[in-house]
Amino acid sequence: MTSIAVPPSAPEHTGSRLTRVLGAATAVSWVVWLTYGLVLSPADVVQSESVRLFYLHVPLALSAYLGFTVTLVGSILVLRKNSAFWDQMAGAGAEVGLVLAGLVLVTGALWGRPTWGTYWVWDPRITATTLLFLVYLGYLVVRRLDLDAEVRARRAAVFGIVAFINVPITRYSVQIWNSLHQEATLSLTDTEMDGSQLTSFALGAIAMALFTTWLIIHRFRVGWLEYELDRSGLESAILERRGERTATEVV
Amino acid sequence: MIAAVAGDAARIVAKDLRIERATGVITTQILPFGIVMLLLFGFGVDPALQVRGGDRSVLAEVAPGLFWITVLLALLLVVGRAFAVESDDGSLDALLVAGVHPAAILGGKAVVVAAELVVLELVVGAGAVLMFDVTIGDPLHLVVVMVSTTVALAGAGTLFLAVVAGQRGRDTLGPLLVLPAMAPVLIGATAAAGDALYGAGSGGIAWTWALVAFALLYSVAGIVGAGALLEDV
Amino acid sequence: MFVEYVVAGYGISAIVLAAYVGWTLRRGRALSRQVPADRRRFLRD
Repeated sequence: MTSIAVPPSAPEHTGSRLTRVLGAATAVSWVVWLTYGLVLSPADVVQSESVRLFYLHVPLALSAYLGFTVTLVGSILVLRKNSAFWDQMAGAGAEVGLVLAGLVLVTGALWGRPTWGTYWVWDPRITATTLLFLVYLGYLVVRRLDLDAEVRARRAAVFGIVAFINVPITRYSVQIWNSLHQEATLSLTDTEMDGSQLTSFALGAIAMALFTTWLIIHRFRVGWLEYELDRSGLESAILERRGERTATEVV
Repeated sequence: MIAAVAGDAARIVAKDLRIERATGVITTQILPFGIVMLLLFGFGVDPALQVRGGDRSVLAEVAPGLFWITVLLALLLVVGRAFAVESDDGSLDALLVAGVHPAAILGGKAVVVAAELVVLELVVGAGAVLMFDVTIGDPLHLVVVMVSTTVALAGAGTLFLAVVAGQRGRDTLGPLLVLPAMAPVLIGATAAAGDALYGAGSGGIAWTWALVAFALLYSVAGIVGAGALLEDV
Repeated sequence: MFVEYVVAGYGISAIVLAAYVGWTLRRGRALSRQVPADRRRFLRD
């Protein structure tokens, strides 16, 4: 077991200087992004106000991929180094990514209703994102399996890697399948952006990425605490068992 | 090394096929499942309904998709069974302790699963020809599609269900892991099979190549991932 | 036009993210009190 110098006062929360700096940057960037995207920038000529959903939707999607990329990297390092640190990192990335991906679907549907007249179309991005959502939901359930921590970490890592490989395959397959069945529809990222829209979008992407990084660090620390609690619980249970056994042997 | 692994895999295949023959699960449970699905599709999609402006029934038109959905659902049953045979009495651990390489176990299981799926596909396919009035335009193309899809499904199904092997709740978690990930295979297999049957040009030979690639991908992933999945079960 | 969809989109996202952030931070506080101080690795930079 690694022993690390005990800090004089271990914090009783998951914040640190890093997260406070990131948190402050997140707050500032959100104010700038929301002010510009919702108030200062003009409505779109074609889409009118609903274009503002785009400033939220695409940054959410990019950040969801950021989370899933953390899961991929973490999964690879779990298999290479048997690292509990990266196992928790992979879990944090997937959970945050899943929350964001869920919001991608919600905001996409809300954008689709005024634009296409329906909440759901068999658009490749929407369809592939829904599948992606389900795959990572499965990943998180695997992480809750009642298994030895190391075995579970490795099994989840294999699934995490294969799941990520599946992302582009699914995306591409659905796109080709879709192109055979219907005319290309106006898609969120096909929109031609003018200057103010591009600015709103870029601000949103930065703001959401900062937020996501901040959140993944916090979620990782929560996961780490759970891991330590599990382990110390297990250890004390073993100690107790040993104590009982010695007691009976003595008798 | 490779020869030893292949030899172990072959022994596992032989063992599992003996078990299957003795218990008859494939003939008494899996095949009847396929036939029931054929009947259900007939009830769900009126067999008398004709494609507007075409000379085929709607049922015949959508038969490739229904066929592969049936195979996909049967895959869950077949793989679940392949692992239940081992993990219920802890013989998976015994195999590993005996020094059998994890890749041999997963590979052997995948081969057995593929063999059982082929039997199911032949029966369900014959049923579709008889009951849905499906015609086969290009039999050779169809064979390639069926073989590559079967290998892809068996490989991926074995890999994903190995993740939950021996766990409580595996019967309900398995579908969540396997089905969304198999969307590309289902899309490709349906398009390619439609092409082989009716030559409608629904993507042409490209999907068939994609299926061959999926088959290779999941076979390789299964062999590479086996060690990480099954060691220290 | 369509302002209601924009409000719904931002509103739902804000509620979901706030709830998730709140859950994460509160759970972090609760857990860090239960874990012995020398085991609270990675809580500092």
